Amino acid sequence: METILLFSPLVGAIIAGFTWRLIGETGAQVAATALLFLSCLLSWVVFLSFDGTTYTHSLFTWIESGTLFTDWAIRIDRLTAIMLIVITTVSALVHLYSFGYMAHDDNFKHGESYRPRFFAYLSFFTFAMLMLVTADNLLQLFFGWEGVGVASYLLIGFYYRKPSAGAAAMKAFIVNRVGDFGFLLGIFGLFWMADSIQFDVILPMGAEFAEMTIPFLGMELNAANTIAMLLFIGAMGKSAQLILHTWLPDAMEGPTPVSALIHAATMVTAGVFLVCRMSPLMEYAPFATNFIIVLGAATAFFAATVGLVQNDIKRVIAYSTCSQLGYMFVAAGVGVYSVAMFHLFTHAFFKAMLFLGAGSVIHAMHHEQDMRNYGGLRKKIPYTFAAMMIGTLAITGVGIPTTYFGFAGFFSKDAVVESAYAFGGDLGQYAFWALIVAAVFTSFYSWRLMFLTFFGTPRGNKHTHDHAHESPWTMLAPLGVLAVGAVFSGVVWYNSFFGHTDTVARFFGVPYAVEGHAEEGAHGAADEAHGAADAHAAAPAADAHAAAPAADAHAAEAAADDHGGGYAHYVFTGAPGEGAIHAAPGNTILNDAHEVPKWVKWSPFFAMLLGFVTAYWFYIVNPSLPKRLAQAQRPLYLFLLNKWYFDEAYDFLFVRPARWLGRFLWKGGDGAVIDGGINGLAMGIIPFFTRLAGRAQSGYIFTYAFAMVLGIVVLVTWVTLSVGG
Amino acid sequence: MDNLLSIVTFLPLVAAIILAVFLRGDDAAAQLNAKRLALAATTATFLISLAILVEFDPANTGFQLVEESEWLFGLTYKVGVDGISVLFVLLTTFLMPITIASCWGVTHRVKEYMVAMLVLETLMLGVFVALDLVLFYLFFEAGLIPMFLIIGIWGGKDRIYASFKFFLYTFLGSVLMLVAMIAMYVDAGTSDIEALLRHQFDAGPLSLMGWQIAGGMQTLLWLAFFASFAVKMPMWPVHTWLPDAHVQAPTAGSVVLAAILLKMGGYGFLRFSLPMFPVASDIMAPLVLWLSVIAIIYTSLVAMVQEDMKKLIAYSSVAHMGFVTMGIFAANQQGVDGAIFQMISHGFVSGALFLCVGVIYDRMHTRDIDAYGGLVVRMPAYALIFMLFTMANVGLPGTSGFVGEFLTLIGVFQVNTWVGVLAATGVILSACYALWLYRRVVFGDLIKESLKSITDMDRRERAIFAPLVVMTLLLGVYPSLVTDMIGPSVEALVTRYDVAVSAYVPDTHVAANH
Repeated sequence: METILLFSPLVGAIIAGFTWRLIGETGAQVAATALLFLSCLLSWVVFLSFDGTTYTHSLFTWIESGTLFTDWAIRIDRLTAIMLIVITTVSALVHLYSFGYMAHDDNFKHGESYRPRFFAYLSFFTFAMLMLVTADNLLQLFFGWEGVGVASYLLIGFYYRKPSAGAAAMKAFIVNRVGDFGFLLGIFGLFWMADSIQFDVILPMGAEFAEMTIPFLGMELNAANTIAMLLFIGAMGKSAQLILHTWLPDAMEGPTPVSALIHAATMVTAGVFLVCRMSPLMEYAPFATNFIIVLGAATAFFAATVGLVQNDIKRVIAYSTCSQLGYMFVAAGVGVYSVAMFHLFTHAFFKAMLFLGAGSVIHAMHHEQDMRNYGGLRKKIPYTFAAMMIGTLAITGVGIPTTYFGFAGFFSKDAVVESAYAFGGDLGQYAFWALIVAAVFTSFYSWRLMFLTFFGTPRGNKHTHDHAHESPWTMLAPLGVLAVGAVFSGVVWYNSFFGHTDTVARFFGVPYAVEGHAEEGAHGAADEAHGAADAHAAAPAADAHAAAPAADAHAAEAAADDHGGGYAHYVFTGAPGEGAIHAAPGNTILNDAHEVPKWVKWSPFFAMLLGFVTAYWFYIVNPSLPKRLAQAQRPLYLFLLNKWYFDEAYDFLFVRPARWLGRFLWKGGDGAVIDGGINGLAMGIIPFFTRLAGRAQSGYIFTYAFAMVLGIVVLVTWVTLSVGG
Repeated sequence: MDNLLSIVTFLPLVAAIILAVFLRGDDAAAQLNAKRLALAATTATFLISLAILVEFDPANTGFQLVEESEWLFGLTYKVGVDGISVLFVLLTTFLMPITIASCWGVTHRVKEYMVAMLVLETLMLGVFVALDLVLFYLFFEAGLIPMFLIIGIWGGKDRIYASFKFFLYTFLGSVLMLVAMIAMYVDAGTSDIEALLRHQFDAGPLSLMGWQIAGGMQTLLWLAFFASFAVKMPMWPVHTWLPDAHVQAPTAGSVVLAAILLKMGGYGFLRFSLPMFPVASDIMAPLVLWLSVIAIIYTSLVAMVQEDMKKLIAYSSVAHMGFVTMGIFAANQQGVDGAIFQMISHGFVSGALFLCVGVIYDRMHTRDIDAYGGLVVRMPAYALIFMLFTMANVGLPGTSGFVGEFLTLIGVFQVNTWVGVLAATGVILSACYALWLYRRVVFGDLIKESLKSITDMDRRERAIFAPLVVMTLLLGVYPSLVTDMIGPSVEALVTRYDVAVSAYVPDTHVAANH
């Protein structure tokens, strides 16, 4: 079943890409979409029937050299199962949506077939992404990692006539390659230290890495920190974190369904997935995780500031994605991987919906993307408006704190913020406040988008506004499904991702026990629980704990009862590599996050409210205010509008020097020094030959060549004979 | 078959002689016959060479299919293959029919062209199967001549300059190798490569004109071989002949040059330098590693600013060969496996890239990147194939280009992290130049008048690319096809190398006495 799940998108891509001349364009689209829905169905089956036990199907050998051994394999654990449903659900819906969105496109001339190609790319992307999450070793993960990169490259450059699309595609690939450079080095380091890159081998070694040192660039560094940092550089590229984020906004050159699938819901979250996957290593790499917190919080803040002033509807959402990814990294950095995955999960639904909603708006407005030319659209496209409203309520985190009423983003974002606070210390405080400020900005730019698009008076081309029309059902149906996710995915899975430690542990298949139990251990039941957990921790292989979590749970609950029947604190007790995520001994942030002060729990709510009120004031009550403010604070406005001048800085620092150096090495190095030197050395010989050759017709070259053969033969013969004799 | 290797090696030569002696006339029919005969001969050679695969036992790390007989002047004719060389033989026989098919459009001196190609095939195969120093040297050097002629006669505008540059660079490097071979013969008393591999060359320190030479005799011999192989590779800084040669060579010439001739240097390192002079290799490895890193970064940067498509791909070849030398002198299983894999893969990928340039050169008669743009509009099939090989060139996982790059890097990382890290920047730089080329040639709108009527690839062109596409993807997904063949031989090579290196103790006491 897993094999069908994995390969049906690939089959879809091949059918759509290569046989559309036979089965027709629509046939190709239907085939690709049907196969994706099949894959999606199977994913849900896998997800819902998954019992927490990791299992692996090996397909066949990939790269094998000496002790290096990698398979093509399908490894299913909870992280994978979550990613499977996220990927295939969004992808299937995006396929369906594209029937409508891609039906007509002015970027192509009449009669040009672009739809099969588009569907083939989408399906290929899905396949690569599935390969990424089902990998049982880092190299297959890297295959998927680069595969989604190529799919992204092809789809960003889909409108190949537009020079800007070509440039954006190239930029995306190259910036990602910078990240991949780090990723590769991480793999090299890991192989050097562990002599393997199989997850089954390296994940249980997490704690050992912390004790090892790796000689790296002339320094002796801590192995865990070094490898974790290098891998995280890869994650930074793929997940568009600060420094390597510049490609993501430009990636909006691609068709909008692509933005929803790749640049919001799935591919960009691969970095978060990687960090969670490597949690047994990350837990023992404090320097790296601290860096992840710093960078994640900074990205959340930075991207939100830029999002405040962008005018292109897709770019606003792109920066929003960048910012939300920062949230996820903070959660992973503080060590609450389940919360990182929670936000990844809910974000996939509401962000995909926001993008598809934006696509619906763009579709209605004849590919106008500038929000300054929108306004008052809510009556023209009511369904789209409703969907966007749900998406906005979800991303801004609307809900009532301390209750179970709220949209998906409310649960997951609050979980991130509370985890950051619970992490404590200066770093925790910094992350907490950065995220709160980012939450204010998120609310502001999200509502700004809503107000500019759907409220107020129509601006821009009157003709376009008059002909604005609601999208076909193929586009609205996916919005409806995603709306369900944006509303309910938070509350339904809240306990699984961010409930009490025991619930979360069961969900992720991690052994657990009552906190502090080891010291007490007086009661019989408690001993039993403890023993079970211990025996379990000692089990070397991850697959050894088939039925253990249940037994643990039972024993641990009994133990809790012994302590008076009240609420018990549980802790993860799994050894590294057991279960889908790992928490080092002493990492009780998941527990602590539930016990933060009341004001911390309420602060995201007020942040959301503050952003909403400000946006309302700026764009509904007093619409001339933004312009005046922008004029009054012109330098700041330009700074934000130009995205903190990252692109300009990179152009100055890297692109131009590289070109200059290339030219210098070519003309100066190859031309003047090497050729000049060697020519100079051979000054007597070459002119002689070229003079001869210059006079010669090509026919004479045979003669010279023959003379040379003769010369060689004579030389060799003479030498061998004289030496041998 | 007792003389399978000889049949494979000399079949093309026989065809060349038949062609040269019996084919008369230069009309269209005669030209077609020449091409057909050449294609048939190379195809037959390939099919027969498949028998080598069948006969070959990868688990046996010694030489197989060995043939030995007396030859002229008391010299010995000896051929055979082991895990290191067998795939190069197959690479050559596989690529030659494709190369011949790619020059179907040639009309100038077709018969001679085909003869040159066929002779070249025999000489290249000879290099890979020769098990005698003299024989090896003859094949190695004689291979220059047909290539020299192919560039000099069927080449572009500056073909004379390029062909002489090519000849002199590679030939001058080889003179030193000849001297070293004579010295080896004197020292070991045999020119049999199998025996030489068992012979231990003296690595005791040597004093020469007041210079202390670590590794002594071995180092001197190593350096002499290095001079030849480094030029052939080509390694930085003796690479400048390659871009010129490629630019002036006809398409088929470029394909052979990049896909097969460049592999002779790497093969030489693996056949001679590493196993015969292990101590010297160990002493000189840092030099090679650093030259490789410089090659990777330097030529990638230079590739980025090229205006000529062929020059760009030629520079990228130099960068890719940098990975090969780096992997070889990492001297561990992954490094050497990766180096051989990279050479095989580069044979398919760079060959295909030069064919890609050939496809549009045949139509527009220019290699200027600026003359193109927006080809995807009229040439979708071409765009797809060019994209595939661009990605393979960039080293995308799933294509053969990745495996070699990855293995050489992971190998060298364990030897020297600085080299590993700097060489890994190649994955960024290769993306820069390759995608920049692709974007300028294929993407964009098709606005140039001259390109408005350009046609997509025809049936013959697609058929030429098909086997290359298959191999690139197949080896990318299932590289065991190669690593299973070479693995045991490489393991034996690396083990012997490690033993020899660890046995060597630089005896400073003796050195002081000199």
